[in-house]
Amino acid sequence: MTKPNLTVKDLHVSIEEKEILKGFGIEVNGGEIHAIMGPNGTGKSTLASALMGHPKYEVTKGAASIDGEDLFEMEVDERALAGLFLAMQYPSEVSGVTNSDFIRSAMNAGKEEGEEVSLMKFIRQIDEKMNTLEIDESFQHRYLNEGFSGGEKKRNEILQLLMLKPRIAILDEIDSGLDIDALKVVAKGINELRSEEFGCMIITHYQRLLNYVKPDFVHVMMQGRIVKSGGPELAQKLEEQGYDWIKEELGIEDETVGQE
Amino acid sequence: MTTEITFPVNQQQVTDFSKDRQEPQWFTDLRLSSLEKALNLELPKPDKTKITKWNFTSFDFDAKTDEKGSFSELSESVKTLISKEEDVKNLIVQNNGVTTFQSMQADLIDKGVIFTDIKTAVNEHEDLIKKYFMQDAVSSDENRLTALHAALVNGGTFLYVPKNVEVDVPLQAVYSHEGSFGLFNHVLVVAEENSYVTYVENHLSEGSNEEAVANIVAEVFVGNGATVRFGAVDNLSETVTTYVNRRAQVTGRDANVYWALGQMNDGNTVSENTTNLIGDGSYGDTKTVSIGRGNQTQNFTTNLIHFGKHTDGEILKHGVMKDSATSIFNGISKIEHGATKSNSEQTERVLMLSEKARGDANPALLIDEDDVTAGHAASVGKIDPVQMFYLMSRGLSEKEAQRLIIHGFLAPVVNALPIESVKEQLYDVIERKVY
Repeated sequence: MTKPNLTVKDLHVSIEEKEILKGFGIEVNGGEIHAIMGPNGTGKSTLASALMGHPKYEVTKGAASIDGEDLFEMEVDERALAGLFLAMQYPSEVSGVTNSDFIRSAMNAGKEEGEEVSLMKFIRQIDEKMNTLEIDESFQHRYLNEGFSGGEKKRNEILQLLMLKPRIAILDEIDSGLDIDALKVVAKGINELRSEEFGCMIITHYQRLLNYVKPDFVHVMMQGRIVKSGGPELAQKLEEQGYDWIKEELGIEDETVGQE
Repeated sequence: MTTEITFPVNQQQVTDFSKDRQEPQWFTDLRLSSLEKALNLELPKPDKTKITKWNFTSFDFDAKTDEKGSFSELSESVKTLISKEEDVKNLIVQNNGVTTFQSMQADLIDKGVIFTDIKTAVNEHEDLIKKYFMQDAVSSDENRLTALHAALVNGGTFLYVPKNVEVDVPLQAVYSHEGSFGLFNHVLVVAEENSYVTYVENHLSEGSNEEAVANIVAEVFVGNGATVRFGAVDNLSETVTTYVNRRAQVTGRDANVYWALGQMNDGNTVSENTTNLIGDGSYGDTKTVSIGRGNQTQNFTTNLIHFGKHTDGEILKHGVMKDSATSIFNGISKIEHGATKSNSEQTERVLMLSEKARGDANPALLIDEDDVTAGHAASVGKIDPVQMFYLMSRGLSEKEAQRLIIHGFLAPVVNALPIESVKEQLYDVIERKVY
């Protein structure tokens, strides 16, 4: 099988007529972990939501493909079946649907009858992944994200990531609101997936997650596009010096979207 | 101006019917006086639904069914609701009010539990029937339909649980309706002090669809420290007009009643579910889910009335609306003066799947006491697109995502039904009605 590939070119995205992304481009391949960093309000979460197909975001220009297939020609579920996964910053709560029923339905989505994951195999897998993520047994039987704490929701996103084994994952601020122990657990989960068959884009404010999941590339977003790229050392420098030096270097006064 | 009303059954026929059933004279008299009242009383007036043109009076009174008694003769649709023959323990099956199968565990009989059809109960447990039947809970004086019910009762079940007896298995009744028969089904549950019982009933239609009437009353009495769990799945066909009145008198101190009602009729339905929390420290949990489809009109009113101190209660009503159906969801939490330290909560949620459907949620808190807590939440809306996005982002198709959300939305009642086959049946009914 060929290596996974996500290519985004000159992406422009608006929400309620306001343009947030202004010419974003990236290429993520199997075996690579990209960190997208940047201060608040620079369009990072918009990028994640737009690529997955969130109904509120409108793509006005540009292209994106997964393994050469046009992402914007696909419905949300088709994008998922093509191998794209988004770990959301604010996952929805769905009452009355248990976590395990949901995850099992998701694993069987798009599968022909007879190809579905057997119940025994499912239980074995979910037990193993919950163990990795140090998630309590009761998690399975609780309703999907209902009444979950912020940290529990993040772990649940990673549990789904591990169960669904996508080709390309986007992790949207998966580290926010996690204490250091939870952060390590989440990092362990992500590292478990590292392989040539898996490409990942980690969106984060902070460098701390990157201490545990070492990125191959680091990109800084300002004003709705990437303004600087580098290796892991860039994240380190940002941690130590903040973002001001980049703004100075590039002559940017206000890094948030909507300012020129 | 009063309009002339006629019923397909007259005094003489009621007398003959009562004689045929070998009922005691007082019961015959109750029927006759109720028939008289029915002529003079008005129809009930459910808030925001006009039912004056509904058919409540045109029906056939001949059951056209024989008492049977053998399991193998039960219809396939009844069999899907119950266990396999070898596992059937406590069950009453009736077709058009006539008992066609009955079974009960010997140890429950030994403990003094009574679980029998209403016809037998009127004869064999006359004192208990006299004490409870349409006295303190639902009265024949309330409206034309309760009066007609008392006059024409022709089916149903009596369940009596003596003091300190805990029945740890659910008792089940299946009422099937056929043809143009007018079913007047009466369920009477009496749970004495510190007893515990779970009762689940199914209403279903069989055979061809003809215009008919179902007039269903359930009265539940809960004594000191007793608990009654009452589950129901109503699944009558499009051509059956239904009046259903289920009421609990929670008279005992620290008594509990739990309702789990799956109201899935396809015809016009007016439903009232009332819980009177009379005993201090008593508790009432009332859950109702429903689906409206086609052109049907339905009205679901839940009353939760606090009389005793430290009473606690909750109303949950979830409805899914599709096609051109109309449903009104009235929730009334009432705290009477003197019911100090009581707490009343209610939630009504209506999920609209069609532009042409109508769904109204009307929560009301009527509070006549200062030292209480109460709350309500109500919403009418479409499926949340962000929820859909989340589910679809994991690969679920639009249809599958919608299915999960709807089943989840109706799960509070499905999950509360204690009999696996009934739970599955309600799940299947939901599946069939929504897709």
